[in-house]
Amino acid sequence: MSLDIAPPPDRIGVVEPPTRGPLARRPAWLSQHIGTAAIGAVAGYALGHYLGNTIASGYVHVQTAAENDLAVVLGLALGVVGWLLGIGVFNYPIAKMFGRKPAEVPEAANWTRYVRMSLDHKTVGLQYLIAVFTFLFTGGLLAMAIRTELLSPTSHIYGPGTYISIVGEHGTIMMMMASSLVVGPLGNWLVPLMIGSRRMAFPRIEAASFWIFSSGYFVILTALPLGGFPTGWTGYAPLQTQADVGMDAYLVGFFVIGTGMILAGFNLLVTVIHYRAPGLTWGRVPVFVWSIIATSALLALATPTLAVACYFGILDRTATTQLYVNIHGGNSYLWEDLFWFFGHPEVYIMALPGFGIVAEILPVFTRKPLFGYRVATAGMIGVALLSFFVWQHHLFQSGIDPAMRPLFMLTTELISIPTGFIYLVGMGTLWKAKIRFEVPMLFALALYFNFLLGGVSGVFLSDVPVNVTVHGGFFVLSHFHYTIMGGLVFGFFAGVYYWTPKLTGKMLNKKLGKLHFWAMFIFFNLTFFPMFLIGLFDQPRRVFEYANRLQTLNDFASVCAFLLGASFLIFVVNFVWSVFINPVATAPANPWGSKGLEWQTPTPVPPYNFERIPVVLSDPYTYGEVGAPPVADLTGAAFATVGAPPRPVDGGSGAHTYPPAGGPGQDQ
Amino acid sequence: MSQVVGGDGAVGSVPVDEQGGRRPNHVWRIVGIWVVLSVVGDLVFWFVAGPHVPPGTMTTTASGAQFDFNVLFVVALPVILGVWTYLVYAIVMWRASRWVGEGDPVRGPTARSNLKVQVAWIVTTTITVLAMFVFGTVELIVPAGAGGAEGPNPVWTPASKSILPIQVIAQQWQFTYRYPTFGGMETNNLIVPNDTTIAFHVTSLDVIHSFWAYQLGVKADANPSVDDVAYTKTRQTGTVTIRCSELCGIWHGAMFDYGKVVSKAEFMKWGIATEKALAANTKNLPPFAWTYVPDANGASGVYADTSGQAPYSKTQKYGATKAAQKIVKSPTTVTTTATATSSTATATSATTSTATSAIRKLTRQASGTTL
Repeated sequence: MSLDIAPPPDRIGVVEPPTRGPLARRPAWLSQHIGTAAIGAVAGYALGHYLGNTIASGYVHVQTAAENDLAVVLGLALGVVGWLLGIGVFNYPIAKMFGRKPAEVPEAANWTRYVRMSLDHKTVGLQYLIAVFTFLFTGGLLAMAIRTELLSPTSHIYGPGTYISIVGEHGTIMMMMASSLVVGPLGNWLVPLMIGSRRMAFPRIEAASFWIFSSGYFVILTALPLGGFPTGWTGYAPLQTQADVGMDAYLVGFFVIGTGMILAGFNLLVTVIHYRAPGLTWGRVPVFVWSIIATSALLALATPTLAVACYFGILDRTATTQLYVNIHGGNSYLWEDLFWFFGHPEVYIMALPGFGIVAEILPVFTRKPLFGYRVATAGMIGVALLSFFVWQHHLFQSGIDPAMRPLFMLTTELISIPTGFIYLVGMGTLWKAKIRFEVPMLFALALYFNFLLGGVSGVFLSDVPVNVTVHGGFFVLSHFHYTIMGGLVFGFFAGVYYWTPKLTGKMLNKKLGKLHFWAMFIFFNLTFFPMFLIGLFDQPRRVFEYANRLQTLNDFASVCAFLLGASFLIFVVNFVWSVFINPVATAPANPWGSKGLEWQTPTPVPPYNFERIPVVLSDPYTYGEVGAPPVADLTGAAFATVGAPPRPVDGGSGAHTYPPAGGPGQDQ
Repeated sequence: MSQVVGGDGAVGSVPVDEQGGRRPNHVWRIVGIWVVLSVVGDLVFWFVAGPHVPPGTMTTTASGAQFDFNVLFVVALPVILGVWTYLVYAIVMWRASRWVGEGDPVRGPTARSNLKVQVAWIVTTTITVLAMFVFGTVELIVPAGAGGAEGPNPVWTPASKSILPIQVIAQQWQFTYRYPTFGGMETNNLIVPNDTTIAFHVTSLDVIHSFWAYQLGVKADANPSVDDVAYTKTRQTGTVTIRCSELCGIWHGAMFDYGKVVSKAEFMKWGIATEKALAANTKNLPPFAWTYVPDANGASGVYADTSGQAPYSKTQKYGATKAAQKIVKSPTTVTTTATATSSTATATSATTSTATSAIRKLTRQASGTTL
């Protein structure tokens, strides 16, 4: 193993870095952090903009500097490269390229490690947490702006261009956020702990994926000073080709975020496959990790299509290729197909981690084993597989070959079968349980409540005759907010309340947590349920003018949306007070009495997680099972018992070798 | 498994409601509540709300959409109520505060999986889903696409011999309508005869729009260079709201107008009068075609005041992909004849019939499909 990863735990902190030579630690003023990244980004943007103007200012279609797409695209692209150079993502490959030994930068001991490139998955996880909250609250504020405009059907607060830019920014930022909402913070933080690994498979790629993700935030926000983009988050093509330079920020932004998603998914997938602790057979892998496997597979396989689609769009706008322009040999359906071929798996990228979290949480708060473990994993894998075969249901009214319509109706409706598995698992686990209504449990139950409406309304949308009425209207809008916000975001908060004691060492306040839950749950439903009706009563999406008769419903939704937004403030207050201000409430190592492997570690989790690689003895759902072994042996005693395998408790055949020969891929 | 887990119910921690003699039958309680709620809910929905469900009953496709929505709802409501009943029941009955005794619930292997329950669940959901699929497919194919877009080569066409073609031209940010059977005149408002099968040919001059005639139960995307066909049959007169339902730029929200379904006689009167009134304008329009390729003068997509400009260039030859001049001519003649004989509905029907069959024939030739 390379030298900068995982020294033996007894030597952590003992080795002093040399003061001279290539391995020397840089002086403080030369060290790399978010400030140097920002300098790199600005310098990169300036260079790219200059290059673009130099190259393209003579083009016929570039009349003024403000129309020079190439300058904007190169500026943003080099800005991202400068950001990554500035934070140090390329240090290692560059040093290797020149045959030098890469400089070793030890992890900072204080908070400054969160503004530097870190190879520790726990630091990256918390960096992701901060980033997704930034995305979430930015997108949320934009949602408030949308609902403010929709208070009145005819009098306006913004111009139509500003309004449509706000809508597009809201959608794009939220989609970017949601695709990493769980996989980024909780996936990176928890997966190595849950599988008994000391690190991710590719820590540098993990860090790179985070810094790419964070740069995407700034890229997509530059669309606003560049004039915004009129296409919404779907970016449909002839409009995209027609739009002003703000569109370039959308295309580059999605390309950049997509790259980060591919890397993150790939990294997590390899980690789970190769870094499981001895004894962690596929039948014992926690169900949250299964959801991350399914999500990562989608991230790694579906997102390249998005990158290609964005790349084509960029070419159309800068190099005047005509890939999306019908009259010059291109095709506007090409964007629709490529985009939704990514876009529908993306929807499940945003749903599966939520399922995983609640399935992981339910056994803890019902004190029962997870019901139908195999059904749960089959459901997640099934949803992931089927999600590649449904994308044309977004194109039911597009005029694409109608003969395909029944097929896509079938595949879309079939996906509700594996999704139903998730409900079977949840309901089976609740059967005759001993339910404790802690805050995470409340959010987990709310997911089952909300997602049901989202899922069932999806069946209405998949039915082509009904789709004629509800397609492209507020019904769709309500449907996907019920699945993404009602599902994923509620699941995410369940996870945040559940794992924060482990992540930060502090318990979140229970009273404020319950207040947050009830406010969010009630006003979420009051905001989005009326939108089903608004959609049925003929209000299309993304409009700033609507029928007078719909004002009451819209105003009601708007007021509830403001209160929904306010409910997030309760969370912020709770989080800041509990984690940063309240000095007393230090969390015990395992406050919920969970059997999960991640809870068996001390809090705070030491660097490199485990003193010894644990030997997993059971799945983490043995609640109430008399004589069940502990989830894992953390002391190494089990090595003495090799040759006397305990029977697996997951109902398997008992034929597992134990521990598995070789213990795949463990470092050291 | 049982070795590790311990026997079923080996330890005596049971919920309070299971102590003593009578064990409540949770299954029958839940099923009972669920059946009552579902039956009441479905009946109330079907008879009270059902007839008012959008998009109403103005056309066959609108009624079809309403019927399909109601059927789906009647199936979906018990699903929703079933899960909710179960969740609420679990939350009330199996909360920790009602628990007596020590330790965790012990249920043995059945807590981990129950083959019967799992198979029953999977079979039930699969049957429901497949039934919905069959129902949806029938409801899609029988009413010829159910008012949805079928693209330039529709696979499901109405049986009617007389279909009135109306072209919907979308551009930023308005719809206009061309009537090939009335000399290819172009109007700003959609006027449709009652009791007539209509083929909407939707196309765009710039970006993707979506023609959504709400009460007609018709929706079809308007793609540039694509002739997107959707069928419906009108059954009632009244006002129609038309909105663009695909984001098409900054004034997307303002892209709406209102149309009318009028009686056949009124429609005939309106058509003939309007054709005459617009004759001078029609002469300046590009010849009727299924798709148009605008030049720099028209609909270039720039947001600017174009009120002073002609919508189409007089000199530019438009890229009609299929010859349509011939089609327009013959119905015009017929229409004139019809006027002379002071025709009413019958004549209209004859008119549209002639026009339609000619158009359909040409379409078939052009697209190379055989029906």
